[in-house]
Amino acid sequence: MLTVESLAFGFPGRTIGRDVSFSLGAGEVMCVLGPNGGGKTTLFRTVLGLLPPHGGGISLEGKPLDSLSRREIARRVGYVPQGHAAYFAYTVREFVLMGRTAHLGVFASPAKTDLAVANRVLESLGIAQLAGKPVTEISGGERQLALVARALAQEPKLLVLDEPTASLDFGNQVRVLERISALAASGISILFSSHDPDHAFLCARRVLLLAEGRVLEAGAPREVIRPDTLERMYRVSVQVVPLPGGAHTCLPAIRP
Amino acid sequence: MNARALSYVLASAALVALTALAFAVGRYPVSLGEIVNLLFSKVTGGAHTLPANVETVVLQVRGPRVLAALLVGAALAAAGTAYQGMFRNPLVSPDILGVSTGAALGAVLGIFLSQGIFFIQIFAFAGGLAAVGLVYWIGSRLRGHDPLLALVLTGVVIGTLLGSAIALLKYLADPYNQLPAITYWLLGSLASLSPRDLATAAPFALVGLVPMLLLRWRMNLLALPDDEARALGVDVRRLRTLVVVCATLMTASAVAISGIIGWVGLLIPHAARMLVGPDFGRLLPLAMLLGAAFLLAVDTLCRTIATIEVPPGVLTALIGTPFFLWLFALSRRPW
Repeated sequence: MLTVESLAFGFPGRTIGRDVSFSLGAGEVMCVLGPNGGGKTTLFRTVLGLLPPHGGGISLEGKPLDSLSRREIARRVGYVPQGHAAYFAYTVREFVLMGRTAHLGVFASPAKTDLAVANRVLESLGIAQLAGKPVTEISGGERQLALVARALAQEPKLLVLDEPTASLDFGNQVRVLERISALAASGISILFSSHDPDHAFLCARRVLLLAEGRVLEAGAPREVIRPDTLERMYRVSVQVVPLPGGAHTCLPAIRP
Repeated sequence: MNARALSYVLASAALVALTALAFAVGRYPVSLGEIVNLLFSKVTGGAHTLPANVETVVLQVRGPRVLAALLVGAALAAAGTAYQGMFRNPLVSPDILGVSTGAALGAVLGIFLSQGIFFIQIFAFAGGLAAVGLVYWIGSRLRGHDPLLALVLTGVVIGTLLGSAIALLKYLADPYNQLPAITYWLLGSLASLSPRDLATAAPFALVGLVPMLLLRWRMNLLALPDDEARALGVDVRRLRTLVVVCATLMTASAVAISGIIGWVGLLIPHAARMLVGPDFGRLLPLAMLLGAAFLLAVDTLCRTIATIEVPPGVLTALIGTPFFLWLFALSRRPW
């Protein structure tokens, strides 16, 4: 689905990461962990074609990303940004319908079929009751779900979520992770970033540790998330504790 | 009937009523019956028994003026709606962005060079486009400032600069012939319009309007942050450039025939958004209806409240200034 090969990325005139390689198959979930400023968001924006790569290659379904138009990319990849500044009081339904843009002609407005997709997506995320509310008047957690709904209305094969659990309460974090698992089970590939290594344990098949723009390690959560790797990335001591039933959790040690 | 449909119906009804009123009132009152009678005879080609004065007043004096008020009001409101949406900034309008002043500078240059209405239009368009390009370019480079304020302040500053260029042209103009023409025109007036002015301006406005109507759904995506709109499949830079050109064309077509009539492009989009929400496809037609009705009401007032004519720009400023300050005080709220 997605192949990234020895990618260098950054802003125009400033490379902030290099030598990043990974690939993601259909229905796979990959979690990117790394400290603030480690390059997660910039990597995602490059993978989405919003920033030009500084070297290396990205391909989607075997096609080089730079050979695809914005419309062709949008039909394959959905993007859930980190929070959204709402300027105008569009209703949640109108907001989600914007996800249909890549499926519409340049001069077209959404048709009944598009509305059906939007309603179905809202239903599947359990936020159908928000459809008529202005995006400017819903809570942060609800807006996060509306952003996920808009990305799903694109009917993408790959979903890129930039810290989808940031600024959500504990319950909403778990609900977003449940959605991620369910979407992956339906065949959508998922690339997401998080600040909580436990999120990788909970729903990712693979983990990429990204620090200072480079891949520290990549692999299955249980092999990669270790006290030494976490300490190198975050500069705190962490225990990785096995739980009954085979699960694992990370427990930081607080030194007074 | 839902509240949205009701907004269109009421706005259309107000527009029709105001148009009838504008034809009827003035120094030489004409009754509604006479107007209907005259129009009926014109449509059917039959003769009428009305005094010749009635025909002159309705068709030659008030006709062009009413049509101009409708055209200018609708064009300024449509341009304001587009600018607010695409700059994601509810405080902007053709006058605040400096587009009107840029277009005025172009038009004044046209008058100064003794050009006809067609080239005055072209000059006005070039001036308006240069102004909005400059304002947007500077505004987007002032990083670290509130982007809402940066764009507004840049617009005001560039507007002042262009205003001084207008002053220079006035200083250089022939004081007996060109200077009065420039000065009266700058005051903003619909009084001295000829049917030829209208016939030249209307196609410019229409050329600006058609792409906006066709792209009405896509316009909504410009209200999203650029990255999000691009990730949804929109070539943001190309779309925004196209819409800026269209909105500027509409502004220039209005400015070239009426001078600077401020605030319409700020007030009306807000009023329309309060009634039908931010969706551009619903917003644009209502803003145009309301803009046309508003400017026609203002112009009719201007020529009837006193024995001398009040420039309409004076009246719109009286209404617009407190409204802008009120908006500014609320600008932390969503739109």
